[in-house]
Amino acid sequence: MAYPFQLGLQDATSPIMEELLHFHDHALMIVFLISSLVLYIISLMLTTKLTHTSTMDAQEVETVWTILPAIILILIALPSLRILYMMDEINNPSLTVKTMGHQWYWSYEYTDYEDLNFDSYMIPTQELKPGELRLLEVDNRVVLPMEMTIRMLISSEDVLHSWAVPSLGLKTDAIPGRLNQTTLMAMRPGLYYGQCSEICGSNHSFMPIVLEMVPLSYFETWSALMV
Amino acid sequence: MLDVDSQKPPKGKWSTPPFDPRFPNQNQTRNCYQNFLDYHRCVKRMSRRGKSAQPCEYYFRVFHSLCPRSWVSRPRGRRRPAGGARVEGPVQLSRRPPPPRPPAPPQVQRWTEQIQEGTFAGKI
Repeated sequence: MAYPFQLGLQDATSPIMEELLHFHDHALMIVFLISSLVLYIISLMLTTKLTHTSTMDAQEVETVWTILPAIILILIALPSLRILYMMDEINNPSLTVKTMGHQWYWSYEYTDYEDLNFDSYMIPTQELKPGELRLLEVDNRVVLPMEMTIRMLISSEDVLHSWAVPSLGLKTDAIPGRLNQTTLMAMRPGLYYGQCSEICGSNHSFMPIVLEMVPLSYFETWSALMV
Repeated sequence: MLDVDSQKPPKGKWSTPPFDPRFPNQNQTRNCYQNFLDYHRCVKRMSRRGKSAQPCEYYFRVFHSLCPRSWVSRPRGRRRPAGGARVEGPVQLSRRPPPPRPPAPPQVQRWTEQIQEGTFAGKI
């Protein structure tokens, strides 16, 4: 989850998010290098008494500052495309979970075996217990087995919503009449929070998502109790 | 025709629908719909020939896993944990009744009801 004075991304829970985190660091480093170089050159330009008013051509420097940015762009594009294709890899999921966006809550359906479905409403601030997170806690969390590939199918019953869990690098639009698929894989147990990410009305900010990643045996116990 | 609501997937080696190369992308709407159609077509043709509809079970399982319940049939009421009891363990079950919901808008007819009424748009 997010924490106060956070500057970067949340800790990665899935392999894809880990890749994205490293790519973000890589791209940001390039941005900082270029910005500091430009700032330095500007400061040099503004603090010199030298002048040169007869410039006709500058073939060498023109070549350098054309080729070098092209190389830098390639250095950004290659890892980016690598991650893009990695996200589309074919994997065989072990479980399918459907989530439907409503105004203003999420509902979840686990229908591979028995019919298990429940709604997930935000806990109002007045009803929070000590230590719980404001605007993030829900009454029924989405319990899922960790270290397993899970197919998430996301849709909506009314308006556009978006199902997002930053720690897993997931954000998928919930569109009425359309079934969007994303793949979820958490490498460690824990609680992972997200919020609706598409404006959907007055309570758009008050329909969070909480994933509870647990070992498979706990998941089986939980699902047997919930059915 | 077999009643969709009464056909539960039997205990077997079913895990979850496998990757279908006909639908490799993010939009799985057609995957759900195609398997729904294939199931009903399979059942119709098998029953016409007087054969068992057991081979059609695969299509049933796929669309049952993929299709949102609200697309297929009218839900039969909200599911609650058995007895509403709190259970010790790693999981916190529902601890309060959900807030009263506003009245639902008029629902689009689901596919199963459309088939029963003869208003289903697909070709079975």
